[in-house]
Amino acid sequence: MDKEKKLENINENPPYKQESRRGFLKKSSAVMALALAPPALLKAAEKDETIASYFEKIPLELSVNGTSHKLSVEPRVTLLDLLREQLHLTGTKKGCDWGQCGACTVHVDGKRTLSCLSLAVMQHGKEITTIEGLADGDILHPMQEAFIKHDGFQCGYCTPGHIMSAVACVREGHAGSVEEIKHYMSGNICRCGAYPNIVNAIKEVNEKGGSI
Amino acid sequence: MINFDYIRPSTQKAALDSITKDVNAKFIAGGTNLVDLMKHGVETPQKVIDINKLPLRNIDERKTGVIRIGALALNSEVAESELIQNKLPLLSQALEAGASPQLRNMATIGGNILQRTRCPYFYDTTMPCNKRKPGTGCSALNGFNRMHAIFGATDQCIAVHPSDMSVALTALDAFVVIAGPKGERKLAFKDFHRLPGATPHIETNLQRNEIITAVEVPDQSSFANKSLYEKIRDRASYAFALVSVAVAVEMNGSSIKNIKLAMGGVAHKPWRLTETENFLRGKQASDSVFEQAATIAMKGAKGYGYNNFKLKLAPNTLVDALKKATGKVG
Ligand SMILES: Cc1cc2nc3c(=O)[nH]c(=O)nc-3n(C[C@H](O)[C@H](O)[C@H](O)COP(=O)(O)OP(=O)(O)OC[C@H]3O[C@@H](n4cnc5c(N)ncnc54)[C@H](O)[C@@H]3O)c2cc1C
Ligand code: FES
Ligand code: FES
Repeated sequence: MDKEKKLENINENPPYKQESRRGFLKKSSAVMALALAPPALLKAAEKDETIASYFEKIPLELSVNGTSHKLSVEPRVTLLDLLREQLHLTGTKKGCDWGQCGACTVHVDGKRTLSCLSLAVMQHGKEITTIEGLADGDILHPMQEAFIKHDGFQCGYCTPGHIMSAVACVREGHAGSVEEIKHYMSGNICRCGAYPNIVNAIKEVNEKGGSI
Repeated sequence: MINFDYIRPSTQKAALDSITKDVNAKFIAGGTNLVDLMKHGVETPQKVIDINKLPLRNIDERKTGVIRIGALALNSEVAESELIQNKLPLLSQALEAGASPQLRNMATIGGNILQRTRCPYFYDTTMPCNKRKPGTGCSALNGFNRMHAIFGATDQCIAVHPSDMSVALTALDAFVVIAGPKGERKLAFKDFHRLPGATPHIETNLQRNEIITAVEVPDQSSFANKSLYEKIRDRASYAFALVSVAVAVEMNGSSIKNIKLAMGGVAHKPWRLTETENFLRGKQASDSVFEQAATIAMKGAKGYGYNNFKLKLAPNTLVDALKKATGKVG
């Protein structure tokens, strides 16, 4: 989104909360804010809390699977909801929404992370990788191939989270034995119970070595 | 989740000013506890102050041997730091035993200390809970209290503190470093968390306008190679402790020269076993000494029904951990 677009966005979503407009007008820094052009207003909001607090949406820049996005989000939006509902990347799943199942696992700056407990606004400047960003065009990632080969799923709902977690598990060097894989994959729950096959898939990818 | 204002100050002063000004504001670090509680409607801050821009992420060793861990260091970073693995293996083990790899990549040291209880009645806003809503009563007292406290509880609250890391840090005589409007202060871990008494909603001695900046652990090199965090839970990984034991011991041949002990999953705060330590100091390590130690440790323990099993599980875990840590395991 360029500057023009940012402007548009602000006009679509008035920057001040309607209900507190009267209070807003009383505050001197807010009166100052009114005198500023919208891009300058955004800048001022970064510095001045009073101005910042009258925005309903916060500007957010982040990269998802190599594409950079300039967005604006309400502070309460989670990274998971941003991915699924605003960016329409529905590969990342919502299981529990409370950090208990791992279905929403994505990589943030290379680290596996639960997107359901991450506020989108807190991902400013970060690089996100989702299951959609794992394959190289039509060539599946070795972990995706291994899950297919070993039947690492039944219904498939936990699978994107499991695969994202599994890739990180191998990259971290935590896939050296079955025991280790079990411990370092325990943050991903599979209600269909495909665990033994999932472990076999990860073991094979780890044993093949090479960079994944 | 209700909406809230969000700010991201870049200095500690701005963060402190902001929390001082606004009684309905809360800091957010990893967010793994706060966001969860906000989704449940248990926490309802009107403003969330993101502290991740503050420079509080270093892990380093001072000349005095003190290890200082910044409040924003991630649980996974600390667990895997070479310095921590070499000098404070107990801390590393306790962190590895907590949550999941994804959560440890998000959770910070400061947030871990301040995480709130997992009592299901605390989470359920339709149920009475003195901790969430003072004066409404404790639903766990006569309810489903399998996970609950056996030490130091009152009829006002029988919840437990869920952090594994804090149990290890309590055993290791660590300090919480705190900054506030009046400057810096340090609190020993054992004095940081509170027992419920008649005010279970006040969980720690941190003031609401203060921030945790770091944790400091005094030189523990003499304990480094004989320490253990033993955690008993409903499944092998990714579950909160039913009972846990942190032990660090220094041996002199087969006798115990010095020992530090704390239990988790049993009280509203990490439960340091000072009297048991005093008993064990200077004793020959043996099964019967460990059994006696466990009897001392369990003085004053009280079950509430579903958690009566902890009255057996706790001493058994303690004896087992002592055997393993001292090398007396058969
Ligand atoms: C499914 C699940 C399983 C878990 N299992 C375990 C387990 O087995 N063992 C275990 O120990 N933990 C477990 N946890 C809890 C986890 O360790 C905590 O949620 C985490 O450590 C909190 O850290 P955070 O940085 O995300 O805190 P946040 O959620 O950001 O903050 C928590 C609280 O601390 C305050 N705060 C944060 N940093 C500071 C600071 N520097 N100064 C002042 N106030 C601050 C915030 O205002 C908030 O009130 C689990 C969590 C989940 C969701
Ligand atoms: S949806 Fe995030 S952990 Fe379950
Ligand atoms: S394949 Fe169905 S939940 Fe894992």
